[in-house]
Formats: sequence, structure tokens, C-alpha cells
Amino acid sequence: MAKLYAELIRIRFLTMLAYRVNYYSGIIIYGINIGAYYFLWGAIYGDQQSLGGMTAEQMTVYVAIAWMSRAFYFNNIDQEIAQEVREGKVAIELIRPYNYLSVKLAQALGEGMFRMLFFAVPGMILAGLILPIHFPPTLGHWGVYLLSLIMAFIINTQINLLTGILTFFLFRNEGMMRAKRVVVDLLSGLILPISFFPVWAQTLMGFLPFQVINYYPSKIFSGAIAMSDVAGVLWLQFAWIAILYLPITLLWRRARRNLVVQGG
Amino acid sequence: MIKVSQLQKVFRIHQARSGLAGAFRDLFNRQYKTVKAVDGVSFQVEEGEFFALIGENGAGKSTTIKMMTGILTPTDGEITINGFVPYKQREDYVKSIGVVFGQRSQLWWDLSPTESFRLLQRVYKVEGEDGKRWLDRLVEELDIGGFIHQPVRKLSLGQRMRCEIAASLIHKPKLLFLDEPTVGLDVLVKQKIREFLRNLNESERTTILLTTHDVSDIEALCKRVIVMDQGKLIFDGMLSDLKEKWGNGTEIAFQFKQRIPVAELRGLLGEYPCELFAENEYAVRVKLQRSREMLPLVLSSVMASYEVSDVKVMESSTEDIVRNIYSVDSEVAVNG
Repeated sequence: MAKLYAELIRIRFLTMLAYRVNYYSGIIIYGINIGAYYFLWGAIYGDQQSLGGMTAEQMTVYVAIAWMSRAFYFNNIDQEIAQEVREGKVAIELIRPYNYLSVKLAQALGEGMFRMLFFAVPGMILAGLILPIHFPPTLGHWGVYLLSLIMAFIINTQINLLTGILTFFLFRNEGMMRAKRVVVDLLSGLILPISFFPVWAQTLMGFLPFQVINYYPSKIFSGAIAMSDVAGVLWLQFAWIAILYLPITLLWRRARRNLVVQGG
Repeated sequence: MIKVSQLQKVFRIHQARSGLAGAFRDLFNRQYKTVKAVDGVSFQVEEGEFFALIGENGAGKSTTIKMMTGILTPTDGEITINGFVPYKQREDYVKSIGVVFGQRSQLWWDLSPTESFRLLQRVYKVEGEDGKRWLDRLVEELDIGGFIHQPVRKLSLGQRMRCEIAASLIHKPKLLFLDEPTVGLDVLVKQKIREFLRNLNESERTTILLTTHDVSDIEALCKRVIVMDQGKLIFDGMLSDLKEKWGNGTEIAFQFKQRIPVAELRGLLGEYPCELFAENEYAVRVKLQRSREMLPLVLSSVMASYEVSDVKVMESSTEDIVRNIYSVDSEVAVNG
């Protein structure tokens, strides 16, 4: 089975390479985003030294790290599922001796690895030359960050699987998927660090899985979370993975029963 | 090998109300209509059979195939294939079947068929020497070696369809489902695919189930035919029996050496149930209803009594039969 998933990851890698223009435009889009937030925060800070406990410099670094992390955990698996359901392609997936959702997860990983290797890593090196980024000092720090990033990827993909599976019941849910994308970007701390939210909102967000997708991994990267507290974050991520597993399994079982293959 | 009993599939279809007010009401309260796509279908298939499932669009063929391949869950009834219940043991079951959907590609659009084959070999765990040899044989017999290194999107439909068939057989399944495999293909490609399938059925004893609109497919390949209409099974048996039941009967055209009045011939064939039509003074057409028993009798008695210069036996084609079935049904639909 492991071989199969390695092959799926490889195939996704090749497919990403086949669309080189998408790759280049992806780099430009991320560049624009990071640049825009850089200047936006520069304007917000103005002459002030620090806001919400972060200096302008820390904020710049935070933005860079947050977007680079996103390059890895982000994927459009839900839209792919939606498209396969709408076009009836899901039929082809169901005649294969594998678990559809695991395959989607593997494909998402292929995509994430591609963007990490060809985009986030060179991007980070470039950013390191311009910005005063404090890279994790030891191999242990790197390892912990990567672990939390992988868990962030799993949680984000689980959320995508959930919204994707809903297509089996709703048939058209682009609106919901678009809303989900904005909610994840906002509540994961990509657009605004969690510490900038009002206290009641922070409390509320503590009950949601979004902040472990980006905010905590990015803080681990920048060293804002002490190594002694890291275990707590990792456990929290792990708990979310376990919690999200349940509705996915239940919904998937119902989806299989409800499936209507579109178009003959 | 395949056992289907009292199979049923009910779909709930959303009925959209008309107009803006209707659309607004739909937001809060949706109306559904239930449709029985497959209604109490039962049949059995033995290993090594080559059989066709035919019927009009919307007769329930595709739904039946999708339940048999484990894609859809039946509302009621039972299916057992190769010892599995498809929708319950899907992942194990699908290893023993191959499926080709004529309308839907299973190859990766942007990659070459070779890449797809490789992935499928991984999926079905047939990467060893045997798997390679089998794939080489498929490539050779389907004659696809010349273009399997090009991206699928650059292939013609005929080239792609042959690759699809190779892809569906990569794990040497015992059972192959073909859902309208020859739609839109030219005669030569059809010919090639049919030859390949016949060969596969004979040499590997692969059981093949075909749904098709193309009557020539059935005539070229299948002995057994299942006809579905409005979700119900209306015929299950040999193609020849189908011809008996729904065909226009057989026509024999005699060309005589001397003038034969029709009445005289009628007298000769008096006891046989048949219709006679005089073409001209020398030629008579005889239309038989139950052709299998009648044909030899009529032929021998006419040939024994008269000098005949030419005889033509015209069987009704499957195409006529299908048209007959459909026209009868549409009459029923009008009356009902």
C-alpha cells in the first residue's frame, strides 16, 4: 500500500510539472500576497515600535513564515472532489481497490511537497537574504516544526475532505468551499496573528481547529513557543486530527450510500 | 459467478418548482420525486459467458452496471459476484473486475498511457514479471505500442479507447464490464476491439458483460442478451430466441424457373402458418413466423415441388428487433 501512495504522490508531482504555467503564476501570486501584507503592515505600524506584542520586524517575518507554511498545507482537494462528483468521475475512483479519501490525502501531499520543494524552500532562502528571519537553531527545532507542519497539513486536508464530501449531498457547494477558504485563512492566523484578535475571539478560537493549522506552527518556527511547551501544541494538533477523523468517516459512509453518479 | 436477485435502486430526484417564486420556495421546502431506476431485476451469469445488456436510454442499464461494480449501493435486493457483495466488500471485490466506461476516461489526461499503466500496476500490485508480460501482450494485441508514450489528451478517440481497455485489464480480471465501449468509434477500430474481446473471452475465459446501443456489437460478440426497459428485465436468453420473440420472422425469397401462381403455392404450404407475397410471376416471398422449425420444412417442400433458380433467406436483424421492442414499449407508454 505504501508503494501505491508513493506512486500517487509521484504522479501528482508529474501532473504539477505538466502545468508549468500554473506553477509560475503560483509563485507570482504568493509573491504579491507576501509583498502586499509586508507593505500593509508597514503602513499600519507607521512610527510605532510594537503592536499586539510584536515589532514590525517580527511581523514581517511572521508574514513570510505563515505564507511559506501555507504553501505546504494548502490544497484544493475539496474542489477536486466536488468536480469529480459533479462530472461523475468519482465512479472511476470507486472501481479502484483503494480508499478514495486516503488517495485524495496522498494526492494533496504530492501537491504540498511539490510546492514546498520548488517554491517554499527557495522562497524561504530568498526571504532569509532580505529579511532578518531567525531560522530554527537546531535540528531538533527543525524537526519539531516539520512535525507540526505535517500535522497542520493533515488537519487542513481533513477540513477540505469534509467540505468536499458535502458535495455528495449538496451537488453544488462552491460557495461553502470559498467561504471555508477565507475562514481558514483568517482564523488560522495567516491574515492576522491570533494575538491581534480581541480576547473573547481568542477564547472562542481556542475551541476551533484553525489556529493549529498556521499560527502555532509558525510560532514554533520563529521560536516564540519554548521547546518545553511544544509538546502541548503537538498534542493539541493530534487531538484535532483524531476529532476530525470521526465526522469524516461517518459522512463518507453516508455519502457512499447516497451517491448518485451524474451523467449516465 | 454473478448472481443478481430482486435488485432495486430508487433515486430521490429534486423537483424544481418553476419561476422565481418557485425557486424561492425551493430554498426552504424541496419537493422530491422517487424514481425506480432498477426494479426487481434478477439474473445469473456463468463463468466465461459473453453477454449483452441492452435497452433504451434510461432503461436502468448503467445503474445496474454501477451497482454490479460496487459504485452504487442497491436500495434493495442482493448481488453476489465472484463470491463478494460488491457494495459491502468494494475494495477486495474490485480487484477481480475490470471496468470500461465508454463515456468516461480512467486514464490520467495529462500523462501518457504508460504512466497510467504503471500506476495501475501499483494499484493492483501486479508489478512482477507476469504483470509486465501480460501488459506487453495487451499492448501487442490491441496494437497500441505506437502511441502509449504520448499524453492521453493528444490521442484520438479510437487510440484512447484501446488504451482504456488495456488499462481495465491490467490486473487480468476474471470479469470485465464494458459500458458502451464503442460509442463514436469508426468501423475499423470497432472491428479491432471486437476481435480482441472475442479472443480474450476464448483464450482467458474472461466473463464479459457489455452494454451497448450498437446492435452490430451484440451480433458480433454475444450469445446471450438481457433486455431492460423502464428498470425491469423484459428478456433474458439467447440472441436467437430474442430474434424469435421480437423479430419480424424470417423471409424466404424464391425465384422460380416457371410461372407459379401464388394460390398454387399457398395450396402447397397450406398447413404451415406463413404469409405469401407475389413479387412478380416468377418470384414469391414467404414470410415465416416461427422460423426455426418452419424454415427447413418450407424450403424442402417448395424445392421438392418446383424448379427454383434462386433462394434468399433473410433473417430479421437485431436492429429490427431492438426497434420492435422499443416501438412496442412506446405504444404501451402512450396507452398507459
